Amino acid sequence: MAEPKKIVTPLSDETVEGLHIGDSVLISGILYTGRDSAHKRLIETLESGKDLPINIQGQIIYYAGPAPAKPGKPIGSIGPTTSYRMDPFAPKLMALGLKGMIGKGNRSREVIASLQQYKAVYFGAIGGAAALMAKSVVRAEIVAYEDLGPEAIRRLEVNDFPAVVVNDCHGRDLYVEGIKRYQLD
Amino acid sequence: MRDLEVAQITDAVKRLCIESNYYLGDDVKKRLQTFLNEEESPTGREVIQKIMENAEIACSEKVPLCQDTGFAVVFVELGQEVHLVGGDFTQAIHEGVRQGYQEGYLRKSIVGDPLERKNTGDNTPAVVYTDIVAGDRIKITVAPKGGGSENMSEVKMMAPAAGIEGVKEFVVDRVRRSGANPCPPVIVGVGIGGTFDKCAQIAKRALLRPVGSRHPNPFYADLENQLLVQINRLGIGPQGFGGRCTALDVLIEVHPCHIASFPVAVNMQCHVARHKVIVL
Repeated sequence: MAEPKKIVTPLSDETVEGLHIGDSVLISGILYTGRDSAHKRLIETLESGKDLPINIQGQIIYYAGPAPAKPGKPIGSIGPTTSYRMDPFAPKLMALGLKGMIGKGNRSREVIASLQQYKAVYFGAIGGAAALMAKSVVRAEIVAYEDLGPEAIRRLEVNDFPAVVVNDCHGRDLYVEGIKRYQLD
Repeated sequence: MRDLEVAQITDAVKRLCIESNYYLGDDVKKRLQTFLNEEESPTGREVIQKIMENAEIACSEKVPLCQDTGFAVVFVELGQEVHLVGGDFTQAIHEGVRQGYQEGYLRKSIVGDPLERKNTGDNTPAVVYTDIVAGDRIKITVAPKGGGSENMSEVKMMAPAAGIEGVKEFVVDRVRRSGANPCPPVIVGVGIGGTFDKCAQIAKRALLRPVGSRHPNPFYADLENQLLVQINRLGIGPQGFGGRCTALDVLIEVHPCHIASFPVAVNMQCHVARHKVIVL
């Protein structure tokens, strides 16, 4: 496997354009966590004409709800949750400047089209390797919706967070092409 | 009769919740090593390596393998000569889950009402299956089940004429349609027969068997092997990034069924296959 590409948030259009499916990346900078309930609230906030509680310009949302942190640790185990549940919300956030999402599993046609339209990227993290991924989190704080517990929006400062490019802004899909390459029937 | 304090059940369930979430079984680790050697995709090998590394970290730091520490599914085989004293049996199990998820820093993932969706805050209630068996012991298995793989599971009421080919087609197709969602490499629990509900339950029980074990009936043992080969030809690979290793194993359980019925269930399990047993 090729050396992983190191990228830093916020992501620029150039960085996103330079990413291709199958690329292994190490992400440093800020990730915002958000999953089902947080997305629902973000969109409700937008629909009521209010500002979002976080600035998503150039940022990456990590579809994750961590386990509680043990004393002395910034965060508990934190792997990706399945992304399709956030599909109805993602295009609206990309239209507002969101540049990346980390999760697992297939995205809808609308999401894939939005990645091309708004120059954004969808990364897959390793589902289940949550203790390993927690090690790249340097700091974590809740920045919105604390009442949602594990589903609250957290601002994570990460160093070399490992992921793989699944859907790039060029319209390619690793889940489709990877399977084609290895299927035997 | 043998008296048994229900507080012992609480303690045992608490311990099993924590241990099952921290320590990956040797059967899974061994199978991952085998697939690491056989995986053709470089990305796939990288993924398997990270999964193995994750198990080492979780074990040494005593943290959960996966942030989704699951719905606590508890199987109890209660000897009919055991006399439970000191409290309510089911409440004792829930209390064990409550304590285990709190003290083990495990995520609380249960909402009290499926539509209202408010978190219960302590991962209770557990799903409890109790069988009354002979003897004066109690066997407790705790099998925390993650949501991602559970969501890719299905029960199908097939026509009896569908036969073995129908089973194969359904199981393989279920894995194909799941893609990356259940966090492959997966373990595929298959239930064949029973009623609608029994079928789903035996598919889940199949997942309690060690990876690499085979059904005692050679016919079903052979079907397990055939399905494993077919699934690993799909090309989904570790995490769906493409590769050979889509399933670590296929485990089948069967049950008699009605002359008109032929239920088949697939219960998907990710590589974080958690289940721990104690006998009191």
